[in-house]
Amino acid sequence: MKPLAALLLRDIRVAVRVGGGALIGVVFFLMVVTLVPFAIGPDLALLARIGPAMLWLGALLATLLGLDRLFATDFEDGSLDLVLMAPISLELAVATKALAHWLTTSLPVVIAAPLLGILLNVGPEATGAVALTLFAGTPALTFIGVIGAALTVALRRGGLLLPVLVLPLHIPVLIFGVSASKAAAGTTPFGAPFAVLCALTLMSLVIGPVAAAIALRQGLD
Amino acid sequence: MIRLAADELACVRGGREIFQGLGFAVIGGETLAVTGPNGAGKSSLLRLIAGLIRPSRGQIMLEGGDAELSIGEQSHYLGHFDALKFSLTVAENLAFWRDFLGGQNEIDALLCQVGLQGLAHLPAGYLSAGQRKRLGLARLLATERPIWLLDEPSASLDTAGQELLARMMESHVGQGGIIAVATHGQLGPGAVKELRLAARRPVVGADEGKPR
Repeated sequence: MKPLAALLLRDIRVAVRVGGGALIGVVFFLMVVTLVPFAIGPDLALLARIGPAMLWLGALLATLLGLDRLFATDFEDGSLDLVLMAPISLELAVATKALAHWLTTSLPVVIAAPLLGILLNVGPEATGAVALTLFAGTPALTFIGVIGAALTVALRRGGLLLPVLVLPLHIPVLIFGVSASKAAAGTTPFGAPFAVLCALTLMSLVIGPVAAAIALRQGLD
Repeated sequence: MIRLAADELACVRGGREIFQGLGFAVIGGETLAVTGPNGAGKSSLLRLIAGLIRPSRGQIMLEGGDAELSIGEQSHYLGHFDALKFSLTVAENLAFWRDFLGGQNEIDALLCQVGLQGLAHLPAGYLSAGQRKRLGLARLLATERPIWLLDEPSASLDTAGQELLARMMESHVGQGGIIAVATHGQLGPGAVKELRLAARRPVVGADEGKPR
């Protein structure tokens, strides 16, 4: 486990140092959520109704930030060659890098979500539900995203292609995430969509690293 | 005694055949010097051995190594890129590769060995090209691997750095290791087999066991 711990620590360090992308995600999230009331207008009832969906959309877009650099920087500086040659499983290395990205980009977003809920007049119950569903659902966004990051690793402008590849795969996560958070405020049951959301996350935790590792091995010719 | 050999090796990249019918065999304590003009496939050959690209024909075999591990997993690869994160310090960069590749050695001692003492806390982005190369050399010393794949290792090194490299290579082959080095300069220490790649010519021959 020591190699993986070293990789996790390095990626987190790189992300929080100058030029890393750690807090960009949460700042971007703040921007998106702040823009919504300006665009919609000060209709508090409407904001409360669409608030959870807006928080989810903001979190989804924030997750995409920096994802294209996940393997591209390692590819450009030669680290990826050494990771591929290392006597540890590439799938685990990919999962570790994805975890580092989630910890530095998505986790701050999850923590900030309840605060930003106030801006959108989301009630306390619904805010709690949004934070909980984001906590359960954003790993799925990241771990599906690594597949796109691995596919576009060798492309110069891969950053532009990545959202196009990945966003369609994010749709189920978005649907169940938003319906679970809305359920807390409304009458629909919370359990069913939340359980599906957790299932999507668990599935992506397995499929994402395996698919990304295949893409990386194929792509390095 | 380990033995690295390849037979009838061919490599296609970007739809172009770079070489074909290539064969070599080196045993522990020997250096394989890969020479040839630009574009002859020196780097490609090293990447083939490392397992980073696949040969279109033929295969590379290692006898006497760890059967559980691939050739790449038993190799150090020093390529054109330094595998350094510029925002991390020199010591952090080296400590990462040591831990990731499973080494034990002291960071300070390693930096001393390659002449980077006193720079441990400098972000790697401030290093010169030669100093980055020295840090790459420190990575080779951080963990033991029986095979070293060096792609023009002397590029951007000063005279003292080249002497350091020569000493390191000598000590590695002295301990029974194998070095495959792509080079334009001197061929390296110990028993050297030169593998001369020709540009876009179909068959290349290997000069057997040319002692230096």
